[in-house]
Amino acid sequence: MLISMNWIGDFVDLSGLDLPGLIQRFTLSTAEVEEVVEMGRDLRDVVAGKILSIENHPDSKKLHLLKVDGGDKIYDVVCGAPNVREGLIVPFVKEGGMVAGQEIKTAVIAGYESHGMCCSEKELGISADHSGLMELPEDAPVGRDITEIYPIKDTVFEVDNKSLTNRPDLWGHYGIAREFAALTGRELKPLETVSLEQFDSLPPIDIQVEDTELCLRYTGLKVRNITKKISPVEMRIRLFYCGSRAINLLADLTNYLMLEMGQPMHAFDCAKVDSIQVKRFGAPFSFTTLDGVERSMDENTLMICSKGEPVAVAGIMGGLDSEIEDNTDSLLLESANFDGASVRKSSTRLGLRTDASMRYEKTLDPEMTDTAIQRFMKLLLDVDSDVQIISRMTDVYVKHYPQVELSFDQAYVDRYTGIEITGERILATLHALGFGAQQQGDSFTVQVPSWRATKDVTIKADIIEEITRIYGYDNFNISTTMSPLYPQRKSPGARADGLAKDLLVKTYGLHEVHSYIWSDAKKCKGLGIALDENVKLLNAQTPDHETLRRSMGPTLLSVLQENRSFAPAFGVFEIGRTAEGLKEDGLCNERKKLGIALFSRTTPERELYLQAIEIVKALGQSVKGIKLELANCTPQYSWQHPRNTAAILGKGQPLGWLCTVIPSVLRNIDSKAAVVCVQLDMDTFAALEGQELIYQEPSRFPGIDMDLSLLVPEGMRFADMEAAWAGAGETLKDVSLIDSFEQNGKKSLTLRLAFSSREKTLSKEEVQPVVDSIVAKLSAAGAALRG
Amino acid sequence: MKEKIDSLRESFEQELSRTMSSDAVEQLRVAYLGKKGSVTGLLKSLKDVGAQEKKELGQHINQLKKQVEERLAQRVESIRAAEEQREIAAVERYDVTLPSKGLTGSYHPITLVQRQLEEIFSSMGFIVEDFKEIVTDYECFEAVNIPKDHPARDMQDTYYLENGQLLKTHTSAAQNFILQKYGAPVRAIFPGRCFRNEATDASHETTFFQMEGIMVDKNISISNLIYFMKTMLSQVFEREVKVRLRPGFFPFVEPGFELDINCLICGGEGCSTCHHSGWVELCPCGMIHPNVLKMGGVDPEEYTGFAFGLGLTRLVMMKYGVKDIRDLNSGNLKALSQFQQA
Repeated sequence: MLISMNWIGDFVDLSGLDLPGLIQRFTLSTAEVEEVVEMGRDLRDVVAGKILSIENHPDSKKLHLLKVDGGDKIYDVVCGAPNVREGLIVPFVKEGGMVAGQEIKTAVIAGYESHGMCCSEKELGISADHSGLMELPEDAPVGRDITEIYPIKDTVFEVDNKSLTNRPDLWGHYGIAREFAALTGRELKPLETVSLEQFDSLPPIDIQVEDTELCLRYTGLKVRNITKKISPVEMRIRLFYCGSRAINLLADLTNYLMLEMGQPMHAFDCAKVDSIQVKRFGAPFSFTTLDGVERSMDENTLMICSKGEPVAVAGIMGGLDSEIEDNTDSLLLESANFDGASVRKSSTRLGLRTDASMRYEKTLDPEMTDTAIQRFMKLLLDVDSDVQIISRMTDVYVKHYPQVELSFDQAYVDRYTGIEITGERILATLHALGFGAQQQGDSFTVQVPSWRATKDVTIKADIIEEITRIYGYDNFNISTTMSPLYPQRKSPGARADGLAKDLLVKTYGLHEVHSYIWSDAKKCKGLGIALDENVKLLNAQTPDHETLRRSMGPTLLSVLQENRSFAPAFGVFEIGRTAEGLKEDGLCNERKKLGIALFSRTTPERELYLQAIEIVKALGQSVKGIKLELANCTPQYSWQHPRNTAAILGKGQPLGWLCTVIPSVLRNIDSKAAVVCVQLDMDTFAALEGQELIYQEPSRFPGIDMDLSLLVPEGMRFADMEAAWAGAGETLKDVSLIDSFEQNGKKSLTLRLAFSSREKTLSKEEVQPVVDSIVAKLSAAGAALRG
Repeated sequence: MKEKIDSLRESFEQELSRTMSSDAVEQLRVAYLGKKGSVTGLLKSLKDVGAQEKKELGQHINQLKKQVEERLAQRVESIRAAEEQREIAAVERYDVTLPSKGLTGSYHPITLVQRQLEEIFSSMGFIVEDFKEIVTDYECFEAVNIPKDHPARDMQDTYYLENGQLLKTHTSAAQNFILQKYGAPVRAIFPGRCFRNEATDASHETTFFQMEGIMVDKNISISNLIYFMKTMLSQVFEREVKVRLRPGFFPFVEPGFELDINCLICGGEGCSTCHHSGWVELCPCGMIHPNVLKMGGVDPEEYTGFAFGLGLTRLVMMKYGVKDIRDLNSGNLKALSQFQQA
């Protein structure tokens, strides 16, 4: 919203104060100012100039040669405006003067010297009108600077509308002026109005508020014999500076009043609307608003009607048929109050957000509708004293807000603010903001003014805000708390995340990425991955993003695909959220998952797979001190490789999977690469009970290693051999695979058996029987010692 | 006899000076001090001389023997030292300027800044909590004093799910959970991912991180709130940062503030990050609304507290000078692999 400081000056005397500093304080105490613009500062030597004579330009139909009296001398001017005539007084820029930021120099135009320029309103920067020269009144003093004749110089600032959401009282200049009065300690002048009591004997307007839920108050007045059509220049300048377009006197006045008091008004042509009903229609219908658009209305839209016919969408926009026109000479003035939420919903549904609806939706003060009419009449009569009032001010006040009274004591303020603010200061601040406030001892009683009582100020904490914002947060003494401190340990979940990330980044050189919680249908299609059925968003930005992801797999595979030229071999991981459908209670089964994806063009798939297994095992050890197991399983998803998908188990519980991808998907990622993907459910993993470390005294005797080179049959897994050394005795500490290769279609591998004892140095002879027994069992299982 | 000793000394010195290896020195030792060595021979010949002379000559010969032993040891040591020098000189000097991989992995920058914040807040006694991304209407709105029809619900473009749940629009959605779980007094931070259904560009993303914090106790004040915000931000940026507080409207706090900090990219001169204002809106905060405390099971007459919501993503962008917010969720390793230090 745009605010004119000249306008503010009508209500609070800010003379002698530093305006930019004051506007900065407004930001810090009330609402954010986004931009400050100095209006009329780019004018220089623009005066009221009188056109003394006009000659046609010999070679141009449009141009005229003028003699203009600039007060100090007579200027020869070449002018192309259509409305030039002898005796007309216009804004005139003398040579060397400046307008719209441009210096006007003596120039030769179509062969004639021009020593200045006559201006339109647009050139002066006071309206968008460029149809001709601005015409000054006949009695305008020739030679007087234009900025002394009209209030063209002004400081205008824009307040961020969002920061006014909870302040219905700040949607007009008067409310803003009240803030400046409180900030400066200066007096807020009352609004000048006319009393309408003398017309109480006139007939009332027939106003029927049928919908007492959505219409809180409806106040109306009829007037006739309106003869003036054009608003005074001063008013038009203010409207223009505040972003409103001048239309005609009546429309301008309703806009002016709204910008001044924040009360939207509507002027119906009395010839078309002479009685009012406020109601909702039972069924949808169509209605043409005054912007000429035919709109479909639903049964929840509150309408203003006359003789049963809709004439306006309540609080949003009038109808085309009842609009005031240039020949309107009588009007029915509406100053009403409608339910904020209802206006907001209707305006959202209609896609029609107007200055009026924007204000109503903030929940305006219903107390001001009658004052607004009295103020309107003051403004109208000032311009057009012949206007006649032909009805009494008719007021249907359906719903009053209760008076809000709050009590608190000094200790509450001290405790809440943490600084000392005196009782005097509390009272002064509240009074300046229009609150009633009394102090008795350490207790305060506060009456909230109606313009703050519609929803904004309801509890005593709200009063704290009023006191402190005017006090100024920059003026606060700041201090730490005196609360006791307790040790805080990380939750198991946060701890697990941290350890996993460190391991993956530092030990395995993987890159952490973030991706979206929804599946990307387009990317999945590109990879040849079928989208899983899952919970959908109702309002995704594109249908491609409407389905939540079930697993981390597809998003991470896309990341691999998109980074395939990053390096010949790399890996990524993410700890993110997935939704595995709905739980029994209807809520999403949200899980925190660790996803890992490895890519390599330099390592065969089998090795990459073993690397992934190593990573999984390392996660088990470093995060929980436990051994994670892997077991082949059937794939859960169609993109997982049926031969190489394994379940990850921790203490018997399924934690996730590890897999390669089917050939078609792999080719879509990269035709020359191997890819392995892992997922671990971090919620379940972190909840597992960890294994405490148990220290064992180191043996003081050297151990002995025995290597066995074996030929093993096709399909024999390491796990199939383990039975051979199960129960081999406590001297066998470890069996590891130190080599494996294939030769002539036969698989060879070398096992290293590590023996040691805590009592003595073992000799080869002592361990040989154990080795022999293992070899015997292995050969029974089909694995033979290699010669 | 005396002359014999002197000439033996002389010849030893000559021969010693010709030895070039430890083997040669050993041979020399045997030749002089061995069982059949010259010096040993001299000692043996003493038995043929008289007692008076024997004493005097014995001293001389023993002196020679000692001298030979010392000189041999010296020679061995100097040869060994020379050999060591030769060995050292023969070794290649390795190129320390060769490129090396160093750490290859990387953290997401959100993780780095989040860890830094967690460390700062943990040191001030705050619990670090975690929360869901898919929440209920109650958690996201009702429990933080945003009833139905409240305009604040318009301010946030919420992603709704077909089962009636929604993607959390702010970390405040966890406030109720934290208050219920810990009661008062409590200090907690809860970083998390938030979602807003809005058009994306260099400074807007649908998916971003916030970090919320609350502190509730018997006498928590606005003064404390400002203190903690200033302390925290000075720690985060590792320098005194200029901050300003202005009124801000958030239904879950009263009074509510917008905390701005001096733009760190342009130093307050005005740039595209701060929309040419010199200030960046960083951290909405305020005193927890009594209704929120009440719904969290905390008596607002006994306890007060403050809450703040830090734009974690925005903080990352400011700290590292990331100009396009979309880089963070892009998965683009050219961007993300740079964040190596923890």
